[in-house]
Amino acid sequence: MSSNIPGDLRYAKSHEWVRVSGDTATVGITDHAQHELTDIVFVELPAVGRKVKAGEACAVVESVKTASDIYSPVSGEVTAANKAVVDNPASVNSEPYGGGWFFQIKLAQASEVNSLLSAADYAKQIGG
Amino acid sequence: MEQPLKRTPLFSVHQKAGARLVPFGGWEMPVQYSSIVDEHLAVRRAAGLFDISHMGEVRVSGAGAADYLNHLLTNDIRKLPVGGGQYTLMCNERGGVIDDLYAYRIGNEDYLLVINASRIDDDVAWMQKQAATGSGVKLTNASEAFGALALQGPRTPEFINACFAGTSRCGTTVGSADQLKKNQVGEFQFRGHPAYVARTGYTGEDGFEIIAAAQLMEDLWAHIMVQGHAFCLQPAGLGARDTLRTEACYPLYGHELDESTTPIEAGVGFFVALDKGDFTGRGALAEQKTKGVARKCVAFKMTDKSAPPRPHYPIWIENQKVGEVTSGTQSPSLNLGIGMGYIPSDFAKPATKIEIEIRGKRAPAEIVPKPIYRSPNKN
Repeated sequence: MSSNIPGDLRYAKSHEWVRVSGDTATVGITDHAQHELTDIVFVELPAVGRKVKAGEACAVVESVKTASDIYSPVSGEVTAANKAVVDNPASVNSEPYGGGWFFQIKLAQASEVNSLLSAADYAKQIGG
Repeated sequence: MEQPLKRTPLFSVHQKAGARLVPFGGWEMPVQYSSIVDEHLAVRRAAGLFDISHMGEVRVSGAGAADYLNHLLTNDIRKLPVGGGQYTLMCNERGGVIDDLYAYRIGNEDYLLVINASRIDDDVAWMQKQAATGSGVKLTNASEAFGALALQGPRTPEFINACFAGTSRCGTTVGSADQLKKNQVGEFQFRGHPAYVARTGYTGEDGFEIIAAAQLMEDLWAHIMVQGHAFCLQPAGLGARDTLRTEACYPLYGHELDESTTPIEAGVGFFVALDKGDFTGRGALAEQKTKGVARKCVAFKMTDKSAPPRPHYPIWIENQKVGEVTSGTQSPSLNLGIGMGYIPSDFAKPATKIEIEIRGKRAPAEIVPKPIYRSPNKN
């Protein structure tokens, strides 16, 4: 199986992606992760204003079979949560890097992003 | 040391089909091929084929078989004609469930019990212990020798005759497999070898379960997939099997049933024949049937949008924690959270408002009659 791993994003080992624009990071889960989970039926997101640390569990994604924690790849304050994905969790399956994004964070330390995996490293990790 | 996972005769077939294989009750089993929802809906709308070779089979034969089984099991085995099958339970002296199973009468003095994979060792040990004092009974654990398939869904009667051509030779005598009625079993032929075909299942849909020699399984699977192709037959995994049986409110051993839970509490008292004479557990079960039980297994639906309920989530009523969820999932047919669980009998009435605690927060739900989902296809 070959996953879609966009080259312009950074990745966490725990299968989240990060898209940085200025001092804001958008976070979602990878194509590989949505494929492993399949049939996503519920998404629970952090409240806007919550301060999270890199590696902290702050969202939950549920498939028919299981509930999985989603970890913030970066530290900072949650500035937006994607209401559309809460209303339509299946969009995580259909467009994991687009409409299926989870939340946005105002970066506390922009340098944290540099320690995340590149697309090539993430591809290696998932054996793609 | 952990035992290595067992594999069914269809393991390499599942691998080739791209199934996701996971540990299940000591077995490495396909949880899904495409997606649980997809496979679930295929079974509700057309047809699905499940490998259930992990399940155990025990053959009980001899002049004393009927008496032995009637003392061992809760349902009345004397009601079975040759070629008949029944759901029944094996209980301990306290009425706790050792296993729930299907008993088929495949010959005059010949019975086949289909038992849960995770219970094979316990069941066989218990059965041997119970048989020690009896006479004229031969027990054979045929779990390794047999494989099993479940062919389920409203369109399965349209191609079952193509899967097993001809008439049955033993069991229920019918001219073709589609003439089997609910719970009937017949011995048909597959490429010159015997195969038991029973009209039963665990999905709440019409369908068949097939038991045959383990070495036939690969060919049988391939043959059925070909015959079912025009009827939208899909391979289906244990994930869909679980969502289907939860919608139908069939108990699953280890979830709704265990050795400290009785069939009366579980809501399967219909399969306890108190009028048939003595059997193991009868005293305790008779008392529960007359005096009532303190707790009951109920079915529920989430009433607001929420995360799906899962096993062990607490159940609350009137600000009190009163029990826990035993089975819970997102229902692919209804597209909402559903489940079962045990609560005090006083509250166990349909339309009672309950709450399910999900990650520390309580979400509203409502007790509903069983089954949670009734197939419009099933008679």
